[in-house]
Amino acid sequence: MLKIENLNVHYGGIHALRGISLEVPDGKIISLIGANGAGKSTTLKSVMGLVPKTEGSIVCDGVDITNLKTKDMVKEGIILCPEGRRVFPDLTVAENVMLGAYVRKDKEQIAKDEKWVYNLFPRLEERKWQQAGTLSGGEQQMLAVARSLMSKPKLLMMDEPSLGLAPIIVKNIFNIIKEINQVGVNVLLIEQNAKAALEISDYGYVMETGKIILSGPGKELLQNDGVRKAYLGE
Amino acid sequence: MTLSAFMQNVANAVSLGSLYALLAIGYTMVYGILRLINFAHGEIFMLGAYFAFYAVSVFLLPWYIAFPMAILITAIFGVLLERVAYKPLRNAPRIAIMMSAIGASYLIQNVGILVFGGVPVSFPNIPIFSQVCKVGGISIARVSFVIPVVTLIALAVLFYIINKTKVGTAMRAVSKDYEAARLMGIDVNTIITFTFGIGSVMAAIGAILWGMKYPSLIPTLGLMPGLKCFIAAVVGGIGDVRGAVIGGFIIGILEIMIVAFFPDLSGYRDAFAFVLLIVILLVKPTGLMGKSAIEKV
Repeated sequence: MLKIENLNVHYGGIHALRGISLEVPDGKIISLIGANGAGKSTTLKSVMGLVPKTEGSIVCDGVDITNLKTKDMVKEGIILCPEGRRVFPDLTVAENVMLGAYVRKDKEQIAKDEKWVYNLFPRLEERKWQQAGTLSGGEQQMLAVARSLMSKPKLLMMDEPSLGLAPIIVKNIFNIIKEINQVGVNVLLIEQNAKAALEISDYGYVMETGKIILSGPGKELLQNDGVRKAYLGE
Repeated sequence: MTLSAFMQNVANAVSLGSLYALLAIGYTMVYGILRLINFAHGEIFMLGAYFAFYAVSVFLLPWYIAFPMAILITAIFGVLLERVAYKPLRNAPRIAIMMSAIGASYLIQNVGILVFGGVPVSFPNIPIFSQVCKVGGISIARVSFVIPVVTLIALAVLFYIINKTKVGTAMRAVSKDYEAARLMGIDVNTIITFTFGIGSVMAAIGAILWGMKYPSLIPTLGLMPGLKCFIAAVVGGIGDVRGAVIGGFIIGILEIMIVAFFPDLSGYRDAFAFVLLIVILLVKPTGLMGKSAIEKV
């Protein structure tokens, strides 16, 4: 579905990404794990066109989308649910949700999707008219996911959805990610919580200082000694 | 003070407050989106007044065609100002864009003197607005009613756009978090253009009403109201549109009422706004409606 090849990014004088290649096949959850500063977020941001690429290509369903602007990426059905949730605190929950559908024009389908996301997150429907800034961290994460889903994505990229959340809520969020995947949304997941991510992933990539050093099916990576030592604290 | 004189002052105060409110909105909206004080906004206001003057007095158009046209052209100039003076500096340090704003302000003023001439011109007298009517024995110019009413309508439309429309929601989103807004597929440049457009429309409406009330126009006309309305925006809490409206009314009402009750102070008329600015910065630096912002790192 999405194929990234030899992606290179320079940040100031730093060569932040050194030839990243990865693939998100249809219907799968793919995760990208690695320590802080490995370049995981940069990878997603450069895919979205928020960070300029120096080299590389991105192909989505056979179409070259390497140089699309961010808004055109969203129109193509690729959305990034950013690290730290980044909901708009002064806007109501309902307004945040609807902003997710900003690039869409199909009003009837938008209304259906709105119902769908509120079904997925009943908590958000209860708090529809509250300012997003008054929600708890877990609820804000749900809102961020709901907002992303409103763009009707083919590919949902999630940057650290578990960041700063209690374990029980993390579990909840990961269950929802699985559920979203089952209705046909491909997921590319970035996580420091490597165990939780690999458990639900079909395939995983391990990143270190701007390079992919290892890849394999999620279950296999969980058994890998190097991964266990470096990221699972064993 | 007689009742009649007092009512006269109230009418003046409300009118001036309305005009300041309309002008202050442009400062606060642009600041909200770009974190920039658009120092050239007073000059956009001046252009609005001159365009209306030219449309009515030179091209002899009827006011109901002339005024909307003047408002539209002013909006185009407001958007052009952003394109030429600010957009190329989008990624430059903030001080550069501020210098550019001050430069643009002086440039427009001086080109104004060159093109419009340095001699004051008289804003056209439009009878249906300038007639004097008597309310309970007090004679008040009709313009004193027209100004607050037009202002209220303009504000109602503005608040509807900001709070109820898609583009308004996007504006509020962009003003909070640029990057997250881009990730929603919002084109930030379109929103910025729209913001300058709306701010300039408000300024132009204010300028036309200003011309009806204070008909002598000079190209430096925008300077003092511009500064005072920047202060109004700060007093109200810069970035907050309601705050700018409140700030505008406070400064307008204060200016008229202090002079009304203490005629000896009338020479210091222009100083009140600045005194208020100092007091607000000392007591509540975020302004009346402002929340203390947490700068993201």
